[in-house]
Amino acid sequence: MSKLFLRRNPRVAARNLDGEMMIMSARNSNLFTLNRTATILWQSADGTTPLDEIVQNRICAEFEVEPAEALEDAEKLARELASHEILQISEEPIPQPSAGSAR
Amino acid sequence: MPELTAEVDRLSLVIDIGGMPVRVNTVDPGFVAILQQRYSGFVGESDQPEIEFDVELTSPSFADPNAPVEVTQRHGRWSLRRGDFLAEWEPASRTGKIRQTANPYSIDAVLRIVHSLVLARRGGFLLHSASAVRNGKAFLFAGVSGAGKTTISRLAPPDATLLTDEISYVRKESSGYIAHGTPFTGELARLGENISAPVAALYLLAQGPYNRIDLIAPADAARGLLANVLFFAEDEELVQSIFHSAFDFVSRVPVSRLTFVPDSRVWELIG
Repeated sequence: MSKLFLRRNPRVAARNLDGEMMIMSARNSNLFTLNRTATILWQSADGTTPLDEIVQNRICAEFEVEPAEALEDAEKLARELASHEILQISEEPIPQPSAGSAR
Repeated sequence: MPELTAEVDRLSLVIDIGGMPVRVNTVDPGFVAILQQRYSGFVGESDQPEIEFDVELTSPSFADPNAPVEVTQRHGRWSLRRGDFLAEWEPASRTGKIRQTANPYSIDAVLRIVHSLVLARRGGFLLHSASAVRNGKAFLFAGVSGAGKTTISRLAPPDATLLTDEISYVRKESSGYIAHGTPFTGELARLGENISAPVAALYLLAQGPYNRIDLIAPADAARGLLANVLFFAEDEELVQSIFHSAFDFVSRVPVSRLTFVPDSRVWELIG
């Protein structure tokens, strides 16, 4: 199974308030509130840590869940977040935008 | 040799909403009269308008005011387009052009959009809410159509001054958030008073079997506020600005759910 890498879309506005992660799309101003698992994916989406490591180290550590099942669910969730342009996903590491480049 | 051109008198009117004077230039005295009537109470005399629009009036034709609004920016120039108008505005030069027929609704939409863009950059916003001043403090009542904005406005007691029954104008000042009256009306079709006051509370409206105020958590408050902010542009920087302004607002202003029975006793809880 190939690796999957996630990166936060720099074109959204994000804020964590009292543990709730809220995201607003700059494209259409849609507002999203992330659940706990989606929040973990968002916080861990640095473009270089593969999804299976995020699942192993963050999701399985927090929830009592089988790693294989957790990875499958996490991948579905990551793709859904990507469909809303909240996350970017790739089978290759995704470099962070360099300082000074367009956000 | 006879003159081949005749000088046309240019007429001007300053519409001052939220302390931001906008000068409108036209050659049509009838259109000036329409604007004077439409913006009665908001017509100012500023020599230094923040924006100056030249209005070109076109012949009446079918134009759908319910068509979607398109607001885009390219190379520092905003383009505002709907079925019934086409406008351009360049913030750097503080000038713009509006092409529309001689009606007050098209320019009203242009003004709402332009004010929303200027406010977004300055930490404020336009909000789908009624607002009123009581005891020197402004109270905002937000909600979608049918939530009760018109009802709460209609029930306001004589000592409350209505700022708007539809769209509130919120500016960020060094002292905090200030609500201004607007001429943007809803079902009540009554212009707000052109005054301002510090915002003391935001209420998210819900009609119910009793009158009650419940303070809500900051995350719910931010969600409720953002759901009612008027914003038209697909502009990354301004969306970021609006988003963060909403969180700043809810950290400074108490936000509550106001459940109310539609009678005047609800105002016993306000102020």
